[in-house]
Amino acid sequence: MDRNYIPVLFLLGIAVLTAVAIIGLSHLVMRSRPTPVKQQPYESGMPPLGDARERFSIKFYMVAMLFIVFDIETVFMIPWAAYYRQLSCAVPLVGGACPAGQISFFGLGEMLVFMAILLAGFVYVWKKGALQWD
Amino acid sequence: MNPAMIPEGAHPLAATVARLVWLLPLLPLLGFLINGTLAMLGVAKIGPADPSANGGHGHGEVPGHADEHAHDDHGHPPRHKFAKIVSLVGPGVLVAAFALAVAIFAAMRGVEMEHPYLLTLFSWMPVGDLKLDATILLDPLSMTMVMVVTGVGMLIHVFSVGYMQDDPGYPRYFAYLNLFVFFMLLLVLGGSYPLLFVGWEGVGLCSYLLIGFWFSEKANADAGKKAFIMNRIGDFGFLVAMLLMFANFGTLDILGVAEQAAELPMGGVIATTIALFLFLGCTGKSAQIPLYTWLPDAMAGPTPVSALIHAATMVTAGVYLVARASGIFSMAPVAQLTVALVGAATAFFAATIGLKQWDIKKVLAYSTVSQLGYMFVAVGVGAYVAGIFHLVTHAFFKALLFLGSGSVIYVLHAAYHKTHNHDDAQDMRNMGGLRQYMPITFSLMWIATLAIAGIPLFSGFFSKDEILTSVFARISHSTLADASLLGMPGGTVLMIVYGLAVASALMTAIYMARMMLYTFHGPNRTGEGERPHLKEAPWVMTGPLVVLGALTAFGGWLNVPALLGAIGPVGGLEHFLEPVVGEAALRTTLGVAPHLPHSTELMLVGAAIFIAVAGIAFAVWRLKPAALVPRKDAPESTGIDRVLENKYFVDEGYAAAFVNPTVNASRTVLWKGFDAGIIDGLFVNGSALLARAFGWMGSQLQTGQVGTYAWVLLIGVITLLGAFTFR
Amino acid sequence: MIFDLANPSQLMQALGPDLLLIVGAIVLMLWAAWRPESDEHQRAVGRASLALVAATIAMTLWYSTRGMSSNVGVIAVDNFRWATDLICLLGAFGAIALGMEYNVRERILPAESHVLVLFATAGMMILAAARDLMIVFLGIELMSVAIYVLVGLNRRSPKAAEGSLKYFLLGAFATAFLLYGIALIYGSTGSTNLTEIGQRVVAGNFVAHPMMLAGTGLLLVGFGFKVAAAPFHMWAPDVYEGAPTPITAFMATAVKAAAFATFLRVWLEALPGMGDAWFTPIWWLAAVAMFVGNTVALSQRNLKRLLAYSSIAHSGYLLVAVATGTLGGSAAFLFYLVAYTLASYGAFAVVIAVGREGDANNDLSDYEGLWHVRPGLAIAMAVFMLSLMGFPIFGGIGFFGKWYLLMAAIEAPRPLTTLAVVLVLTSVVSAGYYLNVVRVMFMKARPDGAADPERTGSLTRGVVYATAVAILVLGLVPSRVIGWSRAGVPRAPQIQAASVDAPR
Repeated sequence: MDRNYIPVLFLLGIAVLTAVAIIGLSHLVMRSRPTPVKQQPYESGMPPLGDARERFSIKFYMVAMLFIVFDIETVFMIPWAAYYRQLSCAVPLVGGACPAGQISFFGLGEMLVFMAILLAGFVYVWKKGALQWD
Repeated sequence: MNPAMIPEGAHPLAATVARLVWLLPLLPLLGFLINGTLAMLGVAKIGPADPSANGGHGHGEVPGHADEHAHDDHGHPPRHKFAKIVSLVGPGVLVAAFALAVAIFAAMRGVEMEHPYLLTLFSWMPVGDLKLDATILLDPLSMTMVMVVTGVGMLIHVFSVGYMQDDPGYPRYFAYLNLFVFFMLLLVLGGSYPLLFVGWEGVGLCSYLLIGFWFSEKANADAGKKAFIMNRIGDFGFLVAMLLMFANFGTLDILGVAEQAAELPMGGVIATTIALFLFLGCTGKSAQIPLYTWLPDAMAGPTPVSALIHAATMVTAGVYLVARASGIFSMAPVAQLTVALVGAATAFFAATIGLKQWDIKKVLAYSTVSQLGYMFVAVGVGAYVAGIFHLVTHAFFKALLFLGSGSVIYVLHAAYHKTHNHDDAQDMRNMGGLRQYMPITFSLMWIATLAIAGIPLFSGFFSKDEILTSVFARISHSTLADASLLGMPGGTVLMIVYGLAVASALMTAIYMARMMLYTFHGPNRTGEGERPHLKEAPWVMTGPLVVLGALTAFGGWLNVPALLGAIGPVGGLEHFLEPVVGEAALRTTLGVAPHLPHSTELMLVGAAIFIAVAGIAFAVWRLKPAALVPRKDAPESTGIDRVLENKYFVDEGYAAAFVNPTVNASRTVLWKGFDAGIIDGLFVNGSALLARAFGWMGSQLQTGQVGTYAWVLLIGVITLLGAFTFR
Repeated sequence: MIFDLANPSQLMQALGPDLLLIVGAIVLMLWAAWRPESDEHQRAVGRASLALVAATIAMTLWYSTRGMSSNVGVIAVDNFRWATDLICLLGAFGAIALGMEYNVRERILPAESHVLVLFATAGMMILAAARDLMIVFLGIELMSVAIYVLVGLNRRSPKAAEGSLKYFLLGAFATAFLLYGIALIYGSTGSTNLTEIGQRVVAGNFVAHPMMLAGTGLLLVGFGFKVAAAPFHMWAPDVYEGAPTPITAFMATAVKAAAFATFLRVWLEALPGMGDAWFTPIWWLAAVAMFVGNTVALSQRNLKRLLAYSSIAHSGYLLVAVATGTLGGSAAFLFYLVAYTLASYGAFAVVIAVGREGDANNDLSDYEGLWHVRPGLAIAMAVFMLSLMGFPIFGGIGFFGKWYLLMAAIEAPRPLTTLAVVLVLTSVVSAGYYLNVVRVMFMKARPDGAADPERTGSLTRGVVYATAVAILVLGLVPSRVIGWSRAGVPRAPQIQAASVDAPR
């Protein structure tokens, strides 16, 4: 069964090779003529302002975190949707369709529970005032 | 578990008062609960407002302790407010327990005690294949111990009423003392080794609490700690022995183990290992080489505690354990020889140290260690009855000696207290001539001294003589003689044991006589001011002494040897204990009762008497109490000069004759080198140091840097994965 | 009744107590947010949380008496689960009860503190039920995330913030190992179900399979971290010291209990076939934890740190039970857990009672002469110390815990005699610090000018004395608990031979 891993090893090898090749090749090919302007950090075309290690208000983190949390949770819905047909059928699907009379609300119910929990979290966050900017 | 056991209800004792045997430990436990509650209530009321109330008012048994009395005027500090009720409850439960013990004893005399009486109280812990019940084992052996514990315990409780009357920790003291008796009774009545172990641990704890009773003195607390640590080393042995028993026998019942032990091969590895580990436990609890040094330090506790715990009962638990496990020991001659040799060596070395002590309690402490050694000699050579017999008589005379010395200390302390003098109430150089002031104590203590020295017809004579005779009888014909210890034939080992025992008998006579001479004879060395205050201690204290005096004088009648059959019934204790230890004892002597020719026996007795008389005579002849000066004058007069030399001259004088080399050896090598160096230095401090060093290394790693932690974690991961993959 | 876990509604029923707690906790979370932060609100939510925990305890007890079981599935329905649940729920009850008073003193206002305890407990209950490595992971995360927050609850204390961050970082680190281990085991055996893994390990002779070995090792790292076994213990002293004391108590007992219970279940159900592989590593983990915990504790002056090291040492003792790999070992394990939980809880409750605002007064010197001002607390603390040490009678049930462990170690098919000796020896070492606490309380005078401890709140007092009395009473009659823990060993469900197929 170790043989099965050979493609993985192969992939790994290609990845490493590609990375080394890109950096190595550009080193070989490029002409290095540094100027002070070229050495400056790139900040979307503007001249850099101040130190990059600046302290941000906690509010940014708060919003970012809430966004990620709720964003990730909605991602869970995609596999659910993909599997929804089977989830709403009490018996295995026959030819991609549910036999008559075997429709179940399990799939829907599950998602409703999930949404309810999500909603409770949302209400909590709202009530704590985490969504208010000021 | 034990087919030979007859059902509980069918035992003849079941119909008698012995049914109530469970009340025995319960009574002192009740006392503990009541007194403990009172102690807590009392403490809560006193509070921290009065810092000197924190246990400061002892009896000044430690030099310098009495300073704290300077601030209060004449008269007594106020007695504890619960003192009356505590005085009633504390000794009261012991009186009740003793009465019950006597009733049970009477019942036991009335029936055939072929089998022990087992009373299962409740299912204690079912562990795997092992089912342990809380079972009381009542047989002649435990009965004997119960009588000693409750009887002597009762007297000491009564004595304590007087001795401790002014102590602010009065209820706490009695609570501890009651608790001690509870555990001691649990120890002797426990029907299985774990239950015995619970008692064993419990008495250790009480001893620790009582040694450090006046804990505001650092020395006292340290002494308590030392006792505790030494006993832990011993307990480790006991625990390992129990695990080995369980692994090999599948049971931990005392009877079950004894039965299975009989099936073992004689002298086999299993029996020897178990016996040696058990004995390691005994050396801790009963203060034998190498773990003996805590006992002299334990004298920091109140004197009645020394009498009860560190002389009469707890320290003899090791002897009891060997007798209890006689089934195993008799299967392991090598272990038996070890026990006897260690006992004899302890008896000898402790006696040499006892020759040179100035503190009256230290003399008695070393004497106790020495006498315990004697008991181990007896149980070691398989003379279990002799060992228990000496245990009983020793309980009488040593309790008497300790309580007597307690009386002396009490009186001297009271006198110093009245004159605001802060001298050491325990140093014999401060005593002398007390005969005229305390005649009752004086005469009672002489009885005890004659008994311990082995003067005929006093109790100690009978028990000591029996031990010596037993050793002698086993030199030629026993399993011990056939075995060998470290390449030395068993017979030779026993001869050495016999020689050491005789030599220590001689020294015992000398140091006891010395103690009596310095304390009660010669001129009085207390100050002029104190002299008018010297008088007999109150009756609540002398009363118990009188009772103990009677027991000391006549206790020997418990077990009269056949040789002296004319004076009383022969071998009472022997017959009584026969069902318990008879089989094991016979095993050691190859199935026949040991018998010596009449002439040999007469010669041995004669020699013993001669040694005792000679020892006392030598002490009277060479020691001159008149040459002593009070302690405070001795060092202050001119430092290390003539006075000091003269005083030492007396001691060195008799010592040089025959024990100087050993005294020096024991002082420098054994005491300084071994105790201070190896035990204190290496084992106690060393292991503590080692543990602390590791602890320090561990805490050095604890930098607080989360990066370090992650590294340690990663190293752990790599090690673990390495362990998994490269096996 | 036998639950068919493939049937959603029966699965829900089998999760009854867990669901009750989770739904209740969500409701309480909303209520906690509904009002502005205040002491009164915090206490009100605390009271409701106590009621919820009590209701869950009642439901769990009811479940445990019904003799339920289940077929092979993602969760287990057995007495081991109920036993672990009860220990964790009692831990939660204690944490909330202590927290209600502690929070007032330390001015910790958020009522969510109690709700987070409930969520963590829900995680523990899921862990106790888990019979699938995915559920194990889910439970561990639910529990840990709540605990990360709880540790840093006291926003005024830099130590708390430090502890919280450390625990989070290292916890994430360790969780990664755990997850990696799960992945490798799945990769080797093709299943995450414990029962199936167990069967396939035996059938496929995985004991020499490098991937499976690495997976087992990484799983061991993950669990080792959660139970604070050396050398994965480094976080424990700092976190225990920084966390609010009720949470420290909660972590030292309930968190440890849940993690250990899962650990044991995984080991007994999924990995017995790997015994040859994990025996030596666990042996060493146990020995090292006992040694490190007990020796380093000797030099600790802060009571919370001392108890932290003590808890590391106790992880070592419990690992001995895991190393036996027997049902007898797991009975000893449950019994020990009860003894340890009671004593630890009591000890931390005393630390709270003696402590002062700002988490002060935790030094050993603050306990000098405690007997003279608070005899009750001093006696209770002595009981806890002796119990943790394993002292007979006064240590109550603690002695039997050790005894029982020793017996299990010696009776194991592969006897752990040396480990038993290490256990006894390190216990002797532990006397050095446990008894030192006792000595300081009873044998030292109260320092001049030392203020009396503040009046102890009734809930804290209740926890102190209830645990002390329980320890002593159970120490006299341990047979009930012994019977209970023997009934509570994990029981593998009945499996049809057909469900075992060759590893993929």
